[in-house]
Amino acid sequence: MVDRYLEDGIIEGRLDDEAYEQNFADAHPPLDQHEAAVAADRCYFCYDAPCVTACPTAIDIPKFIRQISTGNLDGSARTIFEQNILGGMCARVCPTETLCEQACVRETAEGKPVQIGLLQRHATDHAMQRGAQYFARAAETGKSVAVVGAGPAGLACAHRLAMKGHKVVVHDSNPKAGGLNEYGIATYKSVDQFAQHEVDYVTAIGGISIVNDSRLGAGLTIDGLLADHDAVFLGIGLGGVNALGVDGDADDAGTNAVDFIAGLRQADSFATVPVGRRVMVIGGGMTAIDVATQARLLGAQEVTIAYRRGQENMNASSAEQDQSSSKGVAIRHWMQPSAVTKTASGSLAVKMEFTAMSGGKLAGTGKFQTFEVDQLFTAIGQTLASGDEIGSIVVEKGRIQVNDELQTSNPSVWAGGDCVAAGEDLTVTAVAQGRDAAESIHAALTA
Amino acid sequence: MADLRHDFVGIKSPNPFWLASAPPTDKEYNVVRAFKAGWGGVVWKTLGLDPHIVNVGGPRYGAIWGADRRLLGLNNIELITDRPLDVNLQEIKSVKKAFPDRALITSLMVPCEEPCWEGILRQVEDTECDGVELNFGCPHGMSERGMGAAVGQVPEYIEMVTRWAKAKTRMPVIVKLTPNITDVRYPARAAKAGGADAVSLINTISSIVSVDLDQFAPQPTIDGKGTHGGYCGPAVKPIALNMVAAIARDPETADLPISGIGGVTTWRDAAEFITLGAANVQICTAAMTYGFKIIEELVEGLEQWMDSAGHANLASIQGRAVPNVTEWQYLNLNYTAKARIDQDSCIKCGRCHIACEDTSHQAITNMVDGERRFEVIDEECVGCNLCVNVCPVENCITMEQLPAGNLDKRTGKDVPSEYSNWTQHPNNPMREVAE
Ligand SMILES: Cc1cc2nc3c(=O)[nH]c(=O)nc-3n(C[C@H](O)[C@H](O)[C@H](O)COP(=O)(O)OP(=O)(O)OC[C@H]3O[C@@H](n4cnc5c(N)ncnc54)[C@H](O)[C@@H]3O)c2cc1C
Ligand SMILES: Cc1cc2nc3c(=O)[nH]c(=O)nc-3n(C[C@H](O)[C@H](O)[C@H](O)COP(=O)(O)O)c2cc1C
Ligand code: SF4
Repeated sequence: MVDRYLEDGIIEGRLDDEAYEQNFADAHPPLDQHEAAVAADRCYFCYDAPCVTACPTAIDIPKFIRQISTGNLDGSARTIFEQNILGGMCARVCPTETLCEQACVRETAEGKPVQIGLLQRHATDHAMQRGAQYFARAAETGKSVAVVGAGPAGLACAHRLAMKGHKVVVHDSNPKAGGLNEYGIATYKSVDQFAQHEVDYVTAIGGISIVNDSRLGAGLTIDGLLADHDAVFLGIGLGGVNALGVDGDADDAGTNAVDFIAGLRQADSFATVPVGRRVMVIGGGMTAIDVATQARLLGAQEVTIAYRRGQENMNASSAEQDQSSSKGVAIRHWMQPSAVTKTASGSLAVKMEFTAMSGGKLAGTGKFQTFEVDQLFTAIGQTLASGDEIGSIVVEKGRIQVNDELQTSNPSVWAGGDCVAAGEDLTVTAVAQGRDAAESIHAALTA
Repeated sequence: MADLRHDFVGIKSPNPFWLASAPPTDKEYNVVRAFKAGWGGVVWKTLGLDPHIVNVGGPRYGAIWGADRRLLGLNNIELITDRPLDVNLQEIKSVKKAFPDRALITSLMVPCEEPCWEGILRQVEDTECDGVELNFGCPHGMSERGMGAAVGQVPEYIEMVTRWAKAKTRMPVIVKLTPNITDVRYPARAAKAGGADAVSLINTISSIVSVDLDQFAPQPTIDGKGTHGGYCGPAVKPIALNMVAAIARDPETADLPISGIGGVTTWRDAAEFITLGAANVQICTAAMTYGFKIIEELVEGLEQWMDSAGHANLASIQGRAVPNVTEWQYLNLNYTAKARIDQDSCIKCGRCHIACEDTSHQAITNMVDGERRFEVIDEECVGCNLCVNVCPVENCITMEQLPAGNLDKRTGKDVPSEYSNWTQHPNNPMREVAE
C-alpha cells in the first residue's frame, strides 16, 4: 500500500492503516486526573476574570476550574453547560489561543496560560460519559418554536428553549444533525463520533425533535413554519462557497474544501478518501488550514497553501498555522491564482501571480509562477446558500441582518451563528447566539 | 566564607542543622545516610523502656496540601521508637564512633519515676553520645500513659524530672517542650529551674487533619476510627517562631539556649529561628518530604546569605531580631504606609481589588478611564498589607512608608514625626498621662 504514496493523480489508500490511525488520532488527548489537578491549581481565581470576558459564551471559568480542583466535577460541568451546552465540542475546537487562554493572566505573567480548553474537556467528558443531565425542563408552556439548522447555533437555541418549557422542532437538510461539528470540524479535533454523542446529550433534555433531510426552501417555507409554530430560529450556517473566478478550467477542476472535508468526515475509512500527491490550497483561513493539514494526513506528499496576503493577515491563528506547518504543510504568501488549466497528463497547471501592496491596496505584480498539482482546493470563504429559502428576510453583506436581540427583519424570526452578520464564524459564537436568541424568543413568547 | 560551626551547650557540630527526633533518626541505617549527606547533628528517635511500644499497623500520617500538592502540614499518630532499647543503644554507640564530629543526642521518654530515669540515663551514657533530650512533648499515645505532653503540660513535673535527670548524668540535658499549652514561658522557666542546659521546641501540635466523608471518621483512619495526632511541617512554623521568641524575650529565660524546631524547610526558615533567639534548628518534616539532600541547600543557602550580608558566624545573627519583638501597645501608631502597585509587573488578575473591595477598605480600583487597571486609592488605603499577601506576583505590590510631614490623604493630616503608641493614645482610657 505504502508505495502508492508517490503515485501521481488523485488516488485512495496512499498510506497504511496504522498511519491513518496515528494521523487522525485525538489532537489534544484529554488530561488525566493528576494532570487536571495540576493544571487547575494554576488558576488564580481572578476577579472579573479576563478569560470570562474573552469567552463568547461567558462561561464562569474560574468557578469551573475551582470546582475541578475541589473534586466537584459535576458542579464544574454544570457551570460550563449553564452557559454553553456545547461546552464539550467547544473544549475541542475553540481556538483558545485567541480567546480565553490569550486573556489568561498567566499568559501575561509567564507566557503559559492555564489550560482552560483541556480543563473544560476534563469536566464535560466526565459528565457526558456518564450521561449526567443537569437541567430539567420547565413546565410545558404550550408554545412551540421551529429551529432551522441543527448546527451549534440551532442546537444551543433548541436546548435553551426546551429548558424554558417550549416545544422545539429542528429541521436540518443534512441526513445527520450537528452542522459543521459533524461535517466540517477537522477530524482529529472531534474523534470517536463526538458530534453525534453531543447531539444526543443535548437533546436528552426532552421536548426537542429533530427532522433530518428537511430543507427550508424545499417544501418548508418561513411562512409555513410560522403557521405551525409561535416563532422561528434560523441557524442555517453558510451553505454556499465563493468561486475562484479565474480563467481556465478552475471551476470543474478545483474542489471546494468544505465539501472535501465533509466527505472525509463521513468516510467509513480514511483509506477510501482519494487525495492528490501534489495538493494546492487557495485561502488563508481555518478551512484552508484544515483541508491542507488533512490532505497531508491522508498521504499527500506535497501540500502548499497559497495566500494572497502576508502571514499577519491570515484568518487562521498562528497556533493553527504552526500546527499545519508541523504536519509538513508549506504556507506561501503574496500570491493569487490567475489561471488553472488541465494538462495532458491529467494534472493541473495553476498559474499564480505574485502580489504586493500598492497604494494601500492589494495588487498583482505581473510576475507569475506556475505550479503543477494533482488536486486544487479552494477555501476562500463561504456565503449564504444562494436559494431564496429565507424569503423576504433582509440580508446585509451576504448575511442575515439581525438586531441586538438577534431578531431578523421579520419580528417572529430570529437568527444566529454563521448565517448572521454579527460575531466571528466560530462554533462558540454560534452557541452564544443560539442561546441568546432563545432567551429573546422566550421573553417575546411569555411577554 | 561564613563559619557555620556550632557549639550548643558544649556539643559541637559542623553546622546548626540537626535532624529532630522522629522517623528519620529511628535507626542506624537512616542516621548514617543523614550524616553522609552532611547533617550536622541528630536527635535519635525517642527511646523508652522495654517492652517497647507498638505502632498501629495502618496509616499513621495525614496531611494538608497547597497548590500542586505541596505538603504544607503533616499529622502523625506514631509513638516513640518501636524497637528494643538495647538495639537502639548499640546503634547509637556505633554511629557516634563512626561520626565523632557530628552531634548525636538521645531523646528519652520514660515513666515519671526517678529510678526509671536513673536507669536509662546510665545506659545512654555508655553509648558516649553527646547529650540527652527529654521528650515532654509527644501529644498522642504517650501522654495517655502519663508521659510526653502529660508531663510537658505541668511545669512542676517538668522541673522535677529535669532535676532528676541533671542529678543522674554528666551529659547536657535538653528539655523538649510541647506547644499544647497556653503560655510557653511557664514550662521553659520550669525547665530552667530544674537545671536544664537548654530547651528545644516545638514538638507537634494536637490536631485532627481531616475527616473521611464516606466513613465519617478522622484521618488517618484505622478500622473506621481515628484519633488526634501531632501536627508539624511548614504550617506550624509561625507558631513555633512565636514560642521561640517568647522564651528568648522572657527575662527569666533569656540566657537559656534554644534549639528551634517546627516547620523549618529552607535556609531562610532556619535563619529566622536563629535571629529570634534559637542557637540551632532541628528538622523533621522537610527531610521526610524531600529526603536528606536538602541539607545542601540549607547549608549553602545560609552561608550565601551570611556572606552577602556580612555576617561572619552564627553568633553574629543569633537573637538579632529579639529586641525588635515588642508588645502591640508599643508599636508606633504614627507610622503610616500605603500600598503601591507596580503597573509593569501587574498581571491584572484583580485579586487585590476584590480582596480589598469585598473584605477590607475599598482602596483598590478595578477600572480607570474605562480600562481594567488596579490602582491604590490613597484616600482609603489604611496600609493593611492584605493586597500584598494575595497578589500572586512577588514584589508587584509593596508597602511604602509615607514619610513624616507628608499628607496622609486618608486622614487629611500630615504624618507626625514623633513616635506615639497606644499607651499614650487619647482613645486609651488607661493611657499614661504625662506628668
Ligand atoms: C472546515 C471548517 C473548520 C472549522 N473549524 C472550526 C474550529 O476548529 N473551531 C471553531 O470554533 N470553528 C470552526 N469552524 C467554524 C464553525 O464550524 C462554524 O462557525 C459553526 O459551525 C457555525 O455554526 P452554525 O450553527 O451557525 O452553522 P453550521 O454548523 O453550518 O450549521 C448549519 C446547519 O444548518 C443546516 N442548513 C443549512 N441550510 C438549511 C436549510 N435551508 N434548511 C435546513 N437546514 C439547513 C445545515 O445542514 C447545517 O446542519 C470551522 C468551519 C469550517 C468550514
Ligand atoms: C512521624 C513523627 C514522629 C515523631 N516522633 C517524635 C519522637 O519520637 N520524639 C520527639 O521528640 N518528637 C517526635 N516528633 C516531633 C518532631 O521531632 C518535631 O518536633 C516536629 O515534627 C516539628 O518539626 P518539623 O515541623 O520540622 O517536622 C515526631 C514527628 C513526626 C512527624
Ligand atoms: S493582585 Fe497583583 S497582579 Fe493581581 S491585579 Fe492586583 S497588583 Fe495586579
